[in-house]
Amino acid sequence: MATKSKKPAEITTESLASFKEDVLKKYPPKVARKRSKQFLLNEFQGEDAPLIEANVRTIPGIITMRGCTYAGCKGVILGPTRDIVNITHGPIGCGFYSWLTRRNQTRPDTETSENFIPYAFSTDMNENDIVFGGEKKLKAAIREAYALFKPKAMAIFATCPVGLIGDDVNAVARDMKQELNDQGIDINIFAFSCEGYKGVSQSAGHHIANNQIFTHVVGTSDTVVEGKYRINMLGEYNIGGDAFVIEDLMHRCGITINATFSGNSTYDDFARAHTADLNCIMCHRSINYVAEMMEIKYGIPWIKVNFIGVESTIKSMRKIAEYFGDQELKDKVEQVIAEEMPAVDAALKDIKPRTEGKTAMLFVGGSRAHHYQDLFREMGMTTLAAGYEFAHRDDYEGRKVIPSIKVDADSRNIEELDVHPDPELFKPRKSAEELKALDECGFEFKDYHGMMPDMKPESLVIDDLNQYEADELVKKFRPDVFCAGIKEKFSIQKMGIPMKQLHSYDSGGPYAGFAGAINFYQEIDRLVNTKVWGYMKAPWQKKPELVASYAWNDA
Amino acid sequence: MSTLLRHTPVEITERQALSINPAKTCQPIGAMYASLGIHGCLPHSHGSQGCCAYHRSALTRHYKEPISAGTSSFTEGSSVFGGQSNLLAAIQNMFTVYEPEVIAVHTTCLSETIGDDVPQIVDKADKEGKIPAGKHVVSASTPSYVGSHVTGFANMVKGMIKGLAKPKTKPNGKVNILPGYVEPSDMAEVKRLAKMMGVKTICIPDTSGVTNGPLTGEYKMYPDGGVTVAELQDCSNSKGTIAMGFWASADGARYLDTEYKVPCSILELPIGLGCTDAYVDALRTIAGAAVPKEIEFERGQLVDMISDYHQYFYRKKVALVGDPDQLVALTDFLVSLDMLPIHIVTGSPAGKRFVGKIDEITKDIGYKVNVREHGDMFLLHQWIKQDKPDLIIGNSYAKYIARDEDIPLVRHGFPIVDRVGHQYFPTTGYRGGMRLIEKIVDALLTRTERDAPVETFELVF
Repeated sequence: MATKSKKPAEITTESLASFKEDVLKKYPPKVARKRSKQFLLNEFQGEDAPLIEANVRTIPGIITMRGCTYAGCKGVILGPTRDIVNITHGPIGCGFYSWLTRRNQTRPDTETSENFIPYAFSTDMNENDIVFGGEKKLKAAIREAYALFKPKAMAIFATCPVGLIGDDVNAVARDMKQELNDQGIDINIFAFSCEGYKGVSQSAGHHIANNQIFTHVVGTSDTVVEGKYRINMLGEYNIGGDAFVIEDLMHRCGITINATFSGNSTYDDFARAHTADLNCIMCHRSINYVAEMMEIKYGIPWIKVNFIGVESTIKSMRKIAEYFGDQELKDKVEQVIAEEMPAVDAALKDIKPRTEGKTAMLFVGGSRAHHYQDLFREMGMTTLAAGYEFAHRDDYEGRKVIPSIKVDADSRNIEELDVHPDPELFKPRKSAEELKALDECGFEFKDYHGMMPDMKPESLVIDDLNQYEADELVKKFRPDVFCAGIKEKFSIQKMGIPMKQLHSYDSGGPYAGFAGAINFYQEIDRLVNTKVWGYMKAPWQKKPELVASYAWNDA
Repeated sequence: MSTLLRHTPVEITERQALSINPAKTCQPIGAMYASLGIHGCLPHSHGSQGCCAYHRSALTRHYKEPISAGTSSFTEGSSVFGGQSNLLAAIQNMFTVYEPEVIAVHTTCLSETIGDDVPQIVDKADKEGKIPAGKHVVSASTPSYVGSHVTGFANMVKGMIKGLAKPKTKPNGKVNILPGYVEPSDMAEVKRLAKMMGVKTICIPDTSGVTNGPLTGEYKMYPDGGVTVAELQDCSNSKGTIAMGFWASADGARYLDTEYKVPCSILELPIGLGCTDAYVDALRTIAGAAVPKEIEFERGQLVDMISDYHQYFYRKKVALVGDPDQLVALTDFLVSLDMLPIHIVTGSPAGKRFVGKIDEITKDIGYKVNVREHGDMFLLHQWIKQDKPDLIIGNSYAKYIARDEDIPLVRHGFPIVDRVGHQYFPTTGYRGGMRLIEKIVDALLTRTERDAPVETFELVF
């Protein structure tokens, strides 16, 4: 398995199609049959997005980009919340690896405000705990954690062996909450059955996390924050400081972010999330469930937004203003856009001559591979191939396919909450007339059309890309930049193609909003124009073979 | 100043159940790292895919190199019915698609808890023709709830020897080196010293050239480095084995000794003057080789450096956190510099042997030394708050403590994710000792200069 770089192939419908055929040849027949459905040429457009198989099991032994349910639950959703003591119940590894930093930026209000993000808590189960059960140890750990940190909330995460030996993390959480409450301590404790083997990717973990936050936290606080236009930002995780940029932008427009799920977030933000007037969804995959449930239970409508890319940011800001309908807000939004654009234009003018016409491939997340295409488009770059690591069909084909998605055994393992309007807290945010008026202006609620309609027909869409396919893609089409995660970074770079991480951001970020877009333009400019890729061959390796010796050596 | 670990109290309360900021991680990652030290080997994680993803990510962040490995991708069904069919499919898929010479399977807490018998499954794969002729599958049992990444490494070292060594035929005149859980640069340095002495070695495993490869425009899933299958098959014919680091290497060495009568010496990692001396001396005795002048010259340079900078070492207090083998050798080195290693924590369950070794090394320094095995960095931080050292030596996670307490940090151990050099420049051997001194002096003097008022800001140190 060694890859030599060749001249890039022309990108045509035929070359893309033959690529697929060639790649599949290497697989055993069963594997090829399965992969052929997850891997397609984006031939049709708009309403006729082709059907892609997604959210299906990873093939054993095929080097996957995916992680597990625990990673999705603890790492992605709860990780960025600073004031919850997150205890991993299991052997040490899972807790250790999810002890992250850049992905979980946060900004406590004061010098002494709670911030548990730099800590990793684990029950560090040993053989004895596996044999005799770990519930006792978990209870003791919760007591010790409370004695040391006195947090307002604790969350427990189950790892693989915990599920197998039958430790009931939910019962332990319930018991311990009761025990501490009985001592007059105001604390909320809840647990997540997010064992790594549940579901087929991180996606199951997002779902489990959101369900529990919705069940145990949302709606528990009556505090209403001041503000004329109050929104929740859902599916924004403050990677590399993205949420800080968005918070600043909203603040300048006079929009109040009531809660973010879950970048730079706090327990209290979650608890009062039901008091906002609009939910804005960034990452559709990880959190559409919460928006749906909040709409049913509390009457908060949701819209899809995207703050990655200048055009998308502008569109999203105007959409929020349109929803609230006030001219004052609309004017403010336009003013903020006008303030930001000169710097964006200057940056584009600088970098575009060096990025125009270049190509990219993106294989990341369950929304990012879509969102970041906007930024590349702004730089004059084309996306040749894209796909998600843990998406479902609706992320590719749009929400309209949701009713037709088959529920398989792996999806059935993930609890679906039965949500009804809350008898006291349900309150429609818009009257029927207001909704009708918005509708007549073409305003779309719940409007996620998926990634495929936004991509050119001459592009490849690949779900759950693996290392072999990534290798072949790069060999044949030699993109100017490849975007994925840390695991993929260096095999791509060994082939002389720069790799940009988009799960966390390498050393860069933020990339959201206007300021973030400028950062991204400059980062990609750096990556696609660095001299380093020209150093890979020594001068003597570039020249034809020549053997010579000085005459006096032969003497 | 805003602190990172703002909730860590000075007062120490005993904890029985809660581990905070661990100073170890789990067995499979050590096994995965060891497997990468076999040429043409694809590591395989038998469990759910998160483990494999986490281990690949952690190793990639540490080495900045591609780390490939397969996973059995357990779902709920496989967890109930056993992972046999997943592993059989994985073995077949990996040999077909990625064409490795060897697949090294390690287990996870999931596959161990359900009781999958990997050797039996591998046997079945062989009988069903899923292992192509001339290719190999080796394995190690590495449940995450036992030991730490260090024992995982040790188990895979033993696993590769057990799986590939062939019965003795004729002596090869070589010395087996089990280098322990160290950097690829350290393995290269250990081999270089042996080469200078004219001793032929088999380094098990050998990640040099694998996890510190060059950028050439070509991606090799199996880089040029690594101990070859032929060498592993031949290691039973060696004169002897030098195992470095009790926790990472003793098991493999003893296996070779009992199974194939290859005598073994178990030494400390050759970090610092005394431990490197012990290594060179062992090579000399076992291989019957003379120590060349060039090695004595390097040794003399290290001694020279110690004498030149002794004033900055003398009775400076150091807090250390890391793996047991690393800590024993480092502590020995610090004591030889007249430094005071005062707080020492390993996260690995290393037992009384570890505490005993540290006690023995530090018994004459005249200072009460805190030692904990199976401890965590929360405890280390509390000790540091109680008695502030002049220097911390530990992995990248120690930077939280270093910043909060304003103490210089020398990064050493696993993982180092925020600095470069560990992959390329050894800390083993005499030259490695010189590099460690450079780092320590640099950290101490940078701090002195930062704090110096203008009148004492010195040009010459």
